[in-house]
Amino acid sequence: MTTLAPYRSDRQAGRDGFTQLLRAEWTKFRTVRGWVIGMTVAMLLIVGLGALTGANSECGIQLTPTSPSLACPAPPTGPGGEWVTDSFYFVRQPLAGNGSITVRVTSLTGLYSTHGGFTPGQSPTSGMTPGLQPWSKAGIIIKASTRQGAAYAALMVTGSHGVRMQWDFTHDVAGLTGKVTAASPRWLRLTRSGGRITGYDSADGAHWTRVGTATLAGLPSTVQAGLFATSPQYSVTSKSLGGSSSTGGPTLATAAFDQLSRQGTWPAARWTGESIQNVTSQALNPAAQGYRQAGGRFTVSGSGDIAPSTADIDSVRHTLAGTFAGLIAVVLIGVMFITAEYRRGMIRTTLAASPRRGRVLAAKAVVLAAVTFAAGLVAAAVAIPLGEYLLHENGNPIPPVSALTWLQVVAGTAALLAVAAVLGLAVGTLLRRSAGAVTAVIAGIVLPYLLAITPGILPAGAEQWLVRVTPAAAFAVQQTIQQYPQVTADYTPGNGYFPLAPWAGFAVLCAWTALALALAVFVLRRRDA
Amino acid sequence: LTAVHAEWTKLRTLPGTGWLLLAAAALTAAVGAVAANSVTCPGGGCQLDPAKVSLTGIDLGQAVVAIVAVTVISGEYSTGMIRLTLAATPRRWLVLAAKAAVVSAATLVTGAVAVLASVLAGGVLLGRHGISTAYGYQALSLGSGPVLRAAAGSVLYLALIALFSLGVAAAVRDSAVAIGVVLALLYLFPIISSAVTSPGWQRHLEQLSPMTAGLYIQATANLGSLPLTPWQGLGVLAAWAAGAMLAGALLLRFRDA
Repeated sequence: MTTLAPYRSDRQAGRDGFTQLLRAEWTKFRTVRGWVIGMTVAMLLIVGLGALTGANSECGIQLTPTSPSLACPAPPTGPGGEWVTDSFYFVRQPLAGNGSITVRVTSLTGLYSTHGGFTPGQSPTSGMTPGLQPWSKAGIIIKASTRQGAAYAALMVTGSHGVRMQWDFTHDVAGLTGKVTAASPRWLRLTRSGGRITGYDSADGAHWTRVGTATLAGLPSTVQAGLFATSPQYSVTSKSLGGSSSTGGPTLATAAFDQLSRQGTWPAARWTGESIQNVTSQALNPAAQGYRQAGGRFTVSGSGDIAPSTADIDSVRHTLAGTFAGLIAVVLIGVMFITAEYRRGMIRTTLAASPRRGRVLAAKAVVLAAVTFAAGLVAAAVAIPLGEYLLHENGNPIPPVSALTWLQVVAGTAALLAVAAVLGLAVGTLLRRSAGAVTAVIAGIVLPYLLAITPGILPAGAEQWLVRVTPAAAFAVQQTIQQYPQVTADYTPGNGYFPLAPWAGFAVLCAWTALALALAVFVLRRRDA
Repeated sequence: LTAVHAEWTKLRTLPGTGWLLLAAAALTAAVGAVAANSVTCPGGGCQLDPAKVSLTGIDLGQAVVAIVAVTVISGEYSTGMIRLTLAATPRRWLVLAAKAAVVSAATLVTGAVAVLASVLAGGVLLGRHGISTAYGYQALSLGSGPVLRAAAGSVLYLALIALFSLGVAAAVRDSAVAIGVVLALLYLFPIISSAVTSPGWQRHLEQLSPMTAGLYIQATANLGSLPLTPWQGLGVLAAWAAGAMLAGALLLRFRDA
């Protein structure tokens, strides 16, 4: 008796692994010419529009009406590498080695101008209104040198933020609260010991409280120490349709000091007064600043600010303006990646080949996200240097950006595009209609951003809210400029300031996408294809 | 006229059209009401344009109108219906003209409802937040010339957006690509112009932008600061719409369906 072996095909059984699914979806993606072209167009749009904004953003200043236009100067750089404003009136003496300086402040008053500049032939302070700015500052300072941007530590009274100790531009610690008057003066003391400077304040000259200790790197053995006064630009931004207009002008702070005492080696015989400023300072004419000494009493008037600079151009955001165009292109591809299957009936084949529908959608999402991330990474990495080069050629100073921030912006932009494409895929699965899905995603991401940055459409509260809860919050990953509580500025989305931290904003988009994707999986499983 | 009747039947019997038009009106009015309600201006010291704030919803409503207009022609391409339509009416420009007539009529009606609701809601809500004639703001009533111009102009704006979308859809055929192109042209200009720092270029981009220039029609205050007059602005959008329709008609005429 012979047994017949049943026929078996010598081809191996097809495997149902996730890798196979990924491969299938990748094959679909790469063989549809329109999608490959679309992805290329997205990259070209990001780079091209970045180049366009860079090429059409000139910056120039004229020192006199007839002189040729010069490139806008870059602000001085602080010890941390950031741009700073370092402009004040300095009454100083060298201090050799360790020592301390103590003084009593009995008054702080100010003047401000609601119009910029001054008319030649008139006193620089003519037409100014009495009044202090919240961050008008006067007090004692120890600074490595008189160079702008040099390391320093200062203890000061302010217009409406009490006593403060600030050092190296970005650090700010609060001391005694309340305004300084003749009835409630403030004693201030700075003590230098090697690289450490400690600030103490007191309301009566007998009981002292430590405010803070600054460790300044590379402080030379002989430093400049003394009294200072400064007062930042007065500015009121009124938003109206068509744009926001800022009115404002320079301001002046005047402080009265007495009971000055010093310890340590002070080699110079007398005090030197000097206005520290340059063309970017936005300070009042040096002629209005100065100091008077009568007996033990000093009166110091100064204008400008000692703080991080917030007026700089956010060059990274300008060079990435094309992200929005790229975003629209990748959302289109994301939506069509699924709606095209419905339109052609291909979805039935796809789902018959792999009946576990959730995995099909997951494979699509992975392929789409990977391709978009790669394309976005290349586009952003090209667009930023190209755009910055063009901005620089047009006279714009380029703010220093750390390598880590640069990486955050490039990777963040690529991730933003990838997640937005997946959001398109999820909404496309839900709606099965391309027009509706494309509109829903674009209106959900681009429109809130547009409404938030265009001045004069919505009130400030609504603008902040829009870039907090809608997917547009993700554009916070492109923010390279920082908000400082010790600097008054117009911190709005239109100026590039987002209310959420970069990756928190990105998480908002991810949350929306996760929600849409979960709904899409649920619906895809329940529904007939 | 038979062609118009045929197009009307098609539009009327599609299940989505009614819902979309209703959504366009509801979203326009709702966004306008939310914007008006979010105004905080105690004492009336802030500069804002009451008509523009109440009509903010148009920014979103136009996207829904664009879906309707794009679907009117792209839907036919995706189902193959276009071959039947063109066989029935061999004069192809007539098909496009009939579609344009039907879509713009539907949009005008929807737009009128949406704008009327926005202005009424805006009047009540802004009045509650201190934006009223008592503080020197213009009354938000259709009786005043500029507000009437803003309201009527916004209705026309929506109709022009519909024609623009129809033209683009006739040219590119695929609905996803068509809506993508329309929304990109509407939303990208203002974003790019905000990123360019040269005031001259910014002005040029705003003058060219179909959305920014077109919405100048809503301005009732500070007209002098605009790069174009309100009607010139609407004219820019009309030029975009005419250009898109022309391109669509030519491609429809000379291309295989």
